[in-house]
Amino acid sequence: MNGFLLAVRAEWTKFRTVPGWVIATALAAVAMVGLGLGPSMQGSCGRHGPGSECAMPVGPGGEEVTDAFTFAHRPLTGDGSVTAHVASMTGQLSDDRALLTPWAKAGLIVKDGTRPGSSYAAVMLTGAHGVRMQYDYTHDRAGSPGTAPRWLRLTRSGDTVTGAESVDGAQWTDVGSARLPDLPSTVEIGLFATSPQYAEITSESIGTMSAATQRSLLTAAFDKVTPADGWTGTLVGEPTNRDRGGYQQDGDRHILTGTGDIGPAVAGATGLGTTVTQTLVGTFAALIGMVVVGTLMATGEYRRGLIRTTLAATPGRGRVLAAKAVVVAAVTFVTGVAAAAAVVTLGQRVLRSNGVYVHPASTTTELRVIAGTGALLAVAAVLALALGTLLRRGTTAVTAAVVTIVLPYMLVLTALPVDAGRWVLRVTPAAAFAVQQSAKQYDQVENLYIPVEGYFPLPPWAGFGVLAAYTAVALAAAAWLLRRRDA
Amino acid sequence: MRYALRAEWTKLWTVPGTAWLLLGAVVGTAGLGALAAAACSPGECGADPTRTSLTGIHIGQSVVAILAVLAIGGEYATGMMRVTLAAIPRRPAVLAAKAAVLAAVVVPAAAVAVPASLLSGDTPSLSGGPVLRAALGSVLYLLLVALLALGVATVVRHPAAAIGCVLGLLYLFPIVAAAMADPDWQRRLEKVGPMSAGQSIQATTGLDGLPVGPWAGLGVLALWAAGALLAGALALQARDA
Repeated sequence: MNGFLLAVRAEWTKFRTVPGWVIATALAAVAMVGLGLGPSMQGSCGRHGPGSECAMPVGPGGEEVTDAFTFAHRPLTGDGSVTAHVASMTGQLSDDRALLTPWAKAGLIVKDGTRPGSSYAAVMLTGAHGVRMQYDYTHDRAGSPGTAPRWLRLTRSGDTVTGAESVDGAQWTDVGSARLPDLPSTVEIGLFATSPQYAEITSESIGTMSAATQRSLLTAAFDKVTPADGWTGTLVGEPTNRDRGGYQQDGDRHILTGTGDIGPAVAGATGLGTTVTQTLVGTFAALIGMVVVGTLMATGEYRRGLIRTTLAATPGRGRVLAAKAVVVAAVTFVTGVAAAAAVVTLGQRVLRSNGVYVHPASTTTELRVIAGTGALLAVAAVLALALGTLLRRGTTAVTAAVVTIVLPYMLVLTALPVDAGRWVLRVTPAAAFAVQQSAKQYDQVENLYIPVEGYFPLPPWAGFGVLAAYTAVALAAAAWLLRRRDA
Repeated sequence: MRYALRAEWTKLWTVPGTAWLLLGAVVGTAGLGALAAAACSPGECGADPTRTSLTGIHIGQSVVAILAVLAIGGEYATGMMRVTLAAIPRRPAVLAAKAAVLAAVVVPAAAVAVPASLLSGDTPSLSGGPVLRAALGSVLYLLLVALLALGVATVVRHPAAAIGCVLGLLYLFPIVAAAMADPDWQRRLEKVGPMSAGQSIQATTGLDGLPVGPWAGLGVLALWAAGALLAGALALQARDA
């Protein structure tokens, strides 16, 4: 063990006495912080006086939510139920195309008042995802794949709410039930309709892929509603719904027009603002810098013939490689964590003061992003060290490392079709960028969950594991070859 | 100048690796292009099938950049540069000869790689105007990337650091642009970036939506290459070897 510590010390001395490596490491940190804090985007939040702040309602679980819909409601005290027949659903986009968006929702809801963000449970028909039972914004359960016309029923019994569906109004099937302990004894129950923003990819050709987002409007017709009277219409939530939504009762027929969504707030195409992931764009620049340093740790010695001295001093060749890996990984990790911590904490502040809405991430998520970024850089530097040992030529090794880590990431962001991009981010070392994802992906919310918006196909540490696996293989091969070859 | 050319030609072909790198450029370009074209079913290759089958240019440009960086960086690494400059004291002539020799090997390699990737893909026909422009432009693109890398390597001198700088310069603009939410800034960055502007030559459809037109984009890359070579020539002239 003592021998290993001596080898580590020797490698550390080599590292800190080569000015170029120290400068490159410092530059990597500077590039990361500079790109994270420098060329910032501008937003309009809070720029137009009071009321223009981008404040989002907060749901019962403490998360930010979207809560905008058209609500035909009546109070309900104690237990009870509402039954309705959804006769039709028609959708329209703001460019006047007739299109029912996949997550347009119409159905029955029981809610703690009409305040956005309050506790609720709802059973609904959707544009393309069948019957769903959803409650308290983040919970979603699938029913049958049916569409309108269809019967729905929502029953409250104590703090349990049960949703049921039926084709004919006689044979009922439960969709699911929810326990809502916070629901007061008097709640609002009734019909609702809403339709989220609709995003589509408009160009996949040269340069950055662009997405177009627009409002969509849902008109839902209900009839055979029980109880039959006592209904009031309220346009809940965002101003847009207040402008464009509407409610009409014509005898037994209720027509609800709504736009918005009831669900967790998402970052990206259909949401508002951005996430801390976007502030870490400088990671790739730091990555190139650290890859150069990692490679030169190995090839620099071959160039000068110093490797023969090193191997004479420490005959255990595997130990030399391990010492180099420890030194380059430690230096890179510390640098990466420091830079990422600065970007994640200060970057959000810069963006907010520019009027950009940044989705708050939990402290655990921020810590994972910061530590993950440091680890991503450190393991990439070790991969470069291994490639440098294998190839012994600096230029080729630097290019090989950059081409396997940075190039796939860049191709995914700028050139590849979405499906090919997801595949690439599963199998190449670039999968490790998943540690930087800070927004949660909700499958029940309409959005473009694509890498350029900060959504990766693999879970954070699984993506990191892909890079770690490549590095382990390269390092093992390097150790084997180093032992076998003459220096 | 003739001697300089001959010397550079001899050096280029007597270092190990040149033939392998050229082969790598051809195989990498055509191979990745064929993979990308095979990954999507015919008729659904994004908006621009020609561009999809030319995806391999990303590998090709990296390999060509290595070749260019080694053309001068290799000499600095071994100290050969002092011999070269002693033999040919007119320093800009040395750089010009290196550029010419590089062009003489990169252009034929690219002229094999680019049609090969187009033939493997879902491309309408090589004779069509826009496709021909994309093919010819991609060959020129690879040449310009090589010249840009030569210029950068002349300034940086250290080969590994130089290739890092070249790849960083190429990737910086598109990655920063992709992270920008502001579309105006995105277009501005894509207009001035050597890689994003240069690769607009590969577009065969949706030309109106491009931040910069095909030939104008290649012109931007040419300016970058010219700038790098000029900086390299000045540095070469001013510094001790």
